[in-house]
Amino acid sequence: MFAVTGMVRRDVILAMRRRADVLTTLFFFVIVAALFPLGIGPEMATLRIMGPGVLWVAALLASMLSLGRMFAADYADGTLEQMLVLPQPLSLLVLGKVVAHWLGSGLPLVLLSPVLGLQYGLAPDVLKVLVISLLLGTPVLSLIGAIGAALTLGLRGGGVLVALLVLPLYVPVLIFGAGAVEAHSSGLGGEGHLSLLGAFLLMALALSPWAAATALRISLD
Amino acid sequence: MAEFFHMGGYGLYVWGSYGVVAVFLALELIFLARRKQALLERLTALREMEEDKS
Amino acid sequence: MAIHWTKYSAPSAFYPMAGRSLPWLAAGTLLLTAVGVYMGLFSAPTDYKQGEAYRIMFIHVPAAWMSMWLYIVMAAYAGLGLVYNTRMAHMLAAATAPTGAIFAFLALWTGAFWGRPMWGAWWVWDARLTSELILFFLYLGVMALRAAIDDRQRADRASALLALVGVVNVPIIYFSVKWWNTLHQGATIDFSGSKMDRSMLWPMLILTVAFWLYSFVTIFLRARCEILERERHAEWVGELLDNRG
Repeated sequence: MFAVTGMVRRDVILAMRRRADVLTTLFFFVIVAALFPLGIGPEMATLRIMGPGVLWVAALLASMLSLGRMFAADYADGTLEQMLVLPQPLSLLVLGKVVAHWLGSGLPLVLLSPVLGLQYGLAPDVLKVLVISLLLGTPVLSLIGAIGAALTLGLRGGGVLVALLVLPLYVPVLIFGAGAVEAHSSGLGGEGHLSLLGAFLLMALALSPWAAATALRISLD
Repeated sequence: MAEFFHMGGYGLYVWGSYGVVAVFLALELIFLARRKQALLERLTALREMEEDKS
Repeated sequence: MAIHWTKYSAPSAFYPMAGRSLPWLAAGTLLLTAVGVYMGLFSAPTDYKQGEAYRIMFIHVPAAWMSMWLYIVMAAYAGLGLVYNTRMAHMLAAATAPTGAIFAFLALWTGAFWGRPMWGAWWVWDARLTSELILFFLYLGVMALRAAIDDRQRADRASALLALVGVVNVPIIYFSVKWWNTLHQGATIDFSGSKMDRSMLWPMLILTVAFWLYSFVTIFLRARCEILERERHAEWVGELLDNRG
């Protein structure tokens, strides 16, 4: 357990020293969400329908863009290789890094999303479902993304490659995340979607730190 | 015969499907055969060079 | 007769075995393709609902089935390669991906050509087509990762892990896309409704076997190239090259 919390604290402290990175991700999220109405047109009725999907896709892209940071710095200065020989299981250390990544990229997006939702004319109760869906879904994005980040460690053009590897795997999260909001606003109730998102989160928590740790071992071999 | 190619008005779609499938599968085989040929030639040349050296 | 399959995990044994079986596999592919296409285009009766356009199904469905099956095959080889660290399994996984990707593409293409007359649109966000598209992306991801890594061992192991992650996700993706599709009431024509005549089922099955044999041909050809590239310093490859003259 200490392996996880220690790693989270360390990575969060490191991230706090480079606040610009967190802000860049947030700004990307905001600007993508602001570009869609410019492309589609300002009719609130249309925007209200598209809002949840657009915000979810924007959150997905923003969280993906920051994946490169998860292991890059530790890889560059050799810390990562030393983590491999630590007595603590590597998968727990990876879990710590994923949690820290989520605190620096996913959580800010969740907190900011109601403001952007207002721009799309979403009602307060819809905003609530949007926030819950993002709260459950963005950790899954970080967990799955860790595998992609570990596999592409140190490769040329790793950023674009990560997108190709990870985006298809994000599809279920996107479907049920945006689906929860839509189901709620159409009166069907989003609970079913949300509980499935929760199931995804549990599954990803169980499997992906282990897979990402295996990927790290492969990449550093 | 013309009726056969017409496919009850769906000629474009039926032949567009069968044709593209045939072209892709044939192209894959041709590329693989050429890859093998080029590989054998390159490896033989490499081997002769190495033998000359030793 | 007991066949010792593990024997063929040695590239030096696999190479001649693949070489010997290739003519038979190729002959079988040609024969079954000819029979299947003949039955599909000539002897199968016209469908009363879809007209002649349903003949596209005879290649669309086998291509889609093969694209899914080859992904499982690739993941199985990837798993074998990761667990037992056998070179041959990694080479076969590498050889399977491109053929699978081609079948996924062909399933999408023929799906579009069937959809245009049936749905009135080249592309409909139908659950099957959408899942097939994502499967195509998964293939591209595995191939792109392999291509991006110079170190051969890392490329093998990294793409193997990605293939395994993909195979865990494929059922989840399929069911989420299916659910997404039913919720949005997309324009879907369920062709399980139009009962399949036996004369319609046979060409589909025969072409499936034909595509399967075809996959054996291309995978064996590609695996032989991989073997030559990787084992070129082995003695038996040297002898093989010398005997070529």
